[in-house]
Amino acid sequence: MKLESKIPSGPLDRKWDRYRLEMKLVNPANKRKFDVIVVGSGLAGASATASLAELGYNVTCFCFNDSPRRAHSIAAQGGINAAKNYQNDGDSVYRLFYDTIKGGDFRAREANVYRLAQVSVNIIDQCVAQGIPFAREYGGLLANRSFGGAQVARTFYARGQTGQQLLLGAYQALERQVALGRCQMFPMTEMLDLVVVDGVAKGIVVRNLVDGEIRSHAADAVVLATGGYGNVFFLSTNARGCNVTATFRAYKRGAAFANPCYTQIHPTCIPVSGEYQSKLTLMSESLRNDGRVWVPKQKDNTRPPNQIPESERDYFLERKYPSYGNLAPRDIASRAAKEVCDEGRGVGPGGLGVYLDFADAIGRLGEKTIADRYGNLFEMYERITGENAYEAPMRIYPAVHYTMGGLWVDYDLMATIPGLFVIGEANFSDHGANRLGASALMQGLADGYFILPYTIGNYFASTKQVKVPTSHPEFKRGEEELKTRIGKLLSINGRRSVTSFHRELGRLLWDKCGMARNEKELKEAVQHIPALRQQFWENVNVVGEGKELNQSLEHAGRVADFMEFAELLCLDALTRRESCGGHFREEFQTEEGEALRDDEHFSFVSAWEYQGSDKAPVLHKEPLVYEELRMTQRSYK
Amino acid sequence: MNLTLKVWRQKNSKTPGRFVQYQAKNVSPDMSFLEMLDIVNEDLIGSGEVPIAFDSDCREGICGTCGLVINGIPHGGHEGTAVCQLHMRHFRDGARIVIEPWRCSAFPVIKDLIVDRSAFDTIIQAGGFISVSTGQAPEANSISVPKTNADLAMDAAACIGCGACVAACKNASAMLFVAAKNAHLGLLPQGQAERYRRAFNMVKAMDAAGFGSCTNTNSCEAVCPKEISVQFIARLNRDYLVAVLKGEK
Repeated sequence: MKLESKIPSGPLDRKWDRYRLEMKLVNPANKRKFDVIVVGSGLAGASATASLAELGYNVTCFCFNDSPRRAHSIAAQGGINAAKNYQNDGDSVYRLFYDTIKGGDFRAREANVYRLAQVSVNIIDQCVAQGIPFAREYGGLLANRSFGGAQVARTFYARGQTGQQLLLGAYQALERQVALGRCQMFPMTEMLDLVVVDGVAKGIVVRNLVDGEIRSHAADAVVLATGGYGNVFFLSTNARGCNVTATFRAYKRGAAFANPCYTQIHPTCIPVSGEYQSKLTLMSESLRNDGRVWVPKQKDNTRPPNQIPESERDYFLERKYPSYGNLAPRDIASRAAKEVCDEGRGVGPGGLGVYLDFADAIGRLGEKTIADRYGNLFEMYERITGENAYEAPMRIYPAVHYTMGGLWVDYDLMATIPGLFVIGEANFSDHGANRLGASALMQGLADGYFILPYTIGNYFASTKQVKVPTSHPEFKRGEEELKTRIGKLLSINGRRSVTSFHRELGRLLWDKCGMARNEKELKEAVQHIPALRQQFWENVNVVGEGKELNQSLEHAGRVADFMEFAELLCLDALTRRESCGGHFREEFQTEEGEALRDDEHFSFVSAWEYQGSDKAPVLHKEPLVYEELRMTQRSYK
Repeated sequence: MNLTLKVWRQKNSKTPGRFVQYQAKNVSPDMSFLEMLDIVNEDLIGSGEVPIAFDSDCREGICGTCGLVINGIPHGGHEGTAVCQLHMRHFRDGARIVIEPWRCSAFPVIKDLIVDRSAFDTIIQAGGFISVSTGQAPEANSISVPKTNADLAMDAAACIGCGACVAACKNASAMLFVAAKNAHLGLLPQGQAERYRRAFNMVKAMDAAGFGSCTNTNSCEAVCPKEISVQFIARLNRDYLVAVLKGEK
């Protein structure tokens, strides 16, 4: 396998212009001859489907939800970044590029990130034209707020529901194309395999979740927009359905998987309340604009927060990172919270929590202003915990939120399998080892609206396409393998539920490969996971039939893939003997306990190639060449 | 706490359904309603029975996937709360809880508590958008929107498309859903070009999908997890009337 990033030559700020000038175009009349499959209907998938259909390609889009509008992008709360510099506070494309690279701890590709910053401004234009009800000033113009890892206010938002509004915009654009007959939507349909013919992606095998029918779909290109794999940890802020299956199946068919160990732990989530917990809920990062994070200075403090005097409080983010304060990036804020809890200063049940306090902001701005800004978040907090955050501080704790790793893609967003494109959270490309707040929405929409529609055309125009029908033996083979696998899952009739296995795997990963990692525990995890996987295949109990709506079966297939993927994740974490961004190896830290990178040995992208079920995957390295920036020790002090 | 559940079970859209009784034991008041059902399902799987099929995804009250009628009220009757955010601390120990799917002929039952809501997508296809293709947009701040309009549009846009409004309505009308989308887009300057056409076509699609008419009982607003106001229905009626006068067909 050869990793060719295909980054255009020339100065950084001209690369994308140059690409667009030099790329080959498909004649408008010929576009309808190309069939494109898009899997996933979140921000990346829906925006790509709509944009490709508008251009005239023949698009089919698949999602496992009952409507494309339900994809998990909908849950993003805080906002979307763009280098508009509407606040006149010194923002620019270059600054957004720099903040994103630095936020990612110098482990992302310069060229991709610069392009992302460039198109960020077009995204806001597009979304406003679609009718996204962004927050506005009294003068009628767009409002902004600041977010972690930035010293400018460049985040556009629609209350605490920015993801919902952006997704509905993309969804409506998609449905408009459905009505025009330019694209076809397959909801409640799950992609379970990728079909590769003569080394080129030619289609997918899906299961209809309503009647269980297995079917193949052929196309000239397959686009995966299937999100991240945070649910490998069982408890995460991801929706229940989020899974790694589509990208992992592609990996098993030959696509390299990049940086699986880069997982983001979000600092502000509602702490776990009990064993039965099915998922974790995020409290938007925007709360850190006005909330102050603290714990008592003394250990084992059982006094209620309002009885702890100011002098006995440790506002640890403000103390450790005076210039960014409570707006330190996510990885840093999460680790700082873990540190104070490990010292025994955590609050709430089990000592796994820190306070997020709005008393100062309410005193300064009044309760009404705070309610205007965060009212829905305060309500959500009360609904879940039964506590009123206007009167007592919120309790928060870090939780798995986003995965920076994903399928390896080149500058064209194409995986190592020609014809397979990967967009949004499903690819690895833009966030390095840590993503900044309000950048996921930006990347999903950048890929779908403004990058893929160009690069996919270039692919069609510069390669010869051979139509492969679904009667081809490779499709039949994929269908048969899938049927065998489903039959096997249904016939084990063991004693444990799918959920119990998923929970066990998640706990193992969180303990051994969570916020802080070390060689000993990672080695234990790599040993333990295959044993757990074997137990799963011997002792899982999947009730019901294959030819019907069967949620246990759906979950079983996803957990089976997580069982294999978890091992890859830990292997990657073990191999990366440095700390960077969300990947913190305890052996590699500065005297102050910050992540210690090793640029000499590890400034590369890890891309793993599957070798078969009984062989270890092979690690390929894409060197990260920085032409513009100098890699420095990240500092938010 | 321990509870007695009476749950609607239906194998598929072609088989008639019936109520089946289950016991939910050792329920913690901090559990969400769906986590309580998860526990019941784990017990069912343990005894080799087919678990209760119910829909959910984000479990944060924003994706709109979940929807159960609890004791006759869609989402269980707690202000501004989707069922995934409803917690067991609102129930008494020993309570008897009846759980049903949305009941509406435009939302046929697929299995147990899961219904087919694709009719909502059909309504959006009929006009729930602003026709702007990627790349056509003008500079964002060249469009000025008074803050009050933007805020009101956001109130309407908060709809999560769960279908509780339909389930609560004695006529199974989708007026609140349609009205919310109509107001969201119609309140903004970007949405003016298609304003009346949009209202007309969405109402037409709603009728064609088999939803009933609105008789202003306001039960939809009462159960809406996003507390969408029925005032938007008045706006939809006005836009629809103008559309008819303008000769939309």
